[in-house]
Amino acid sequence: MPTFDKIKQIMQKHTVGIAGAGGLGSNVAMALTRVGIGKLIIADFDVVSESNLNRQFYFSDQIGRVKVETLKENLNRINPDVKIEIHNLKLDADNLLSTFANVDVMVEAFDKADCKQIIVEAFQISKPSTPLILGNGMAGWGKSNEMRVQQYGNLYICGDNVAEIGPEMPPMAPRVLICAAMQANTVMSILLQKKFGNEYNFEP
Amino acid sequence: MNIILNHNPEIIETNSDSITISELLKIKSFTYKQLIVKVNDVLVLNENYSTTSIKGGDNVMVIHLMTGG
Repeated sequence: MPTFDKIKQIMQKHTVGIAGAGGLGSNVAMALTRVGIGKLIIADFDVVSESNLNRQFYFSDQIGRVKVETLKENLNRINPDVKIEIHNLKLDADNLLSTFANVDVMVEAFDKADCKQIIVEAFQISKPSTPLILGNGMAGWGKSNEMRVQQYGNLYICGDNVAEIGPEMPPMAPRVLICAAMQANTVMSILLQKKFGNEYNFEP
Repeated sequence: MNIILNHNPEIIETNSDSITISELLKIKSFTYKQLIVKVNDVLVLNENYSTTSIKGGDNVMVIHLMTGG
């Protein structure tokens, strides 16, 4: 097995795109920063609000600030060497592919289902060879063992595929972080498999 | 007709050699608006559901996308 230094060396050579800097995106970015990813490209249009703090990687003195700028600061406090390219914009079908033009792996971290659909269609049709990792179903609490990763070719789906958010099914840190951690873990599997082969791919 | 649906073997009751994606969605009661469908690892857009066929042995994915993230 490779040492953490060796793992970091490999992670350092790669770029990961993250579409959205909310519950999934901010925590995927945090996990990948801790394991020494070379570069992150992160896009979001939102500002930090109090309701975000139950699950997103921001702090109470950052309420009202632009998410991507704030996230970049927080990530660089963990690891100043990670290159972080930020885009403060609302992603759509027209700007998605140009914003994430050169990524090794793409992480979908949107909130709305219709936005998830746009990124799946854009990447699976125009960039079918770029692995795309979705988060799908992580609201509520408990049921940890129903969270899973399913692989369909270059499309990976993390979550329980059931728990949609609603007024009585809020998204909260534990389950959102399980999903975000599964997405980051899948990124590692994909990048390390490229180097070490299937022995290090622990996805289904 | 035997297919693989979401990694599981599935028997579709039909007299035909193939069915369309629209027919499969109806048979399996996939009624949600936001769906992702792949047939043999190729994404099929919503507008082509009624013209794209699924035949015996095909590997089909139907995922309902939900809000949250």
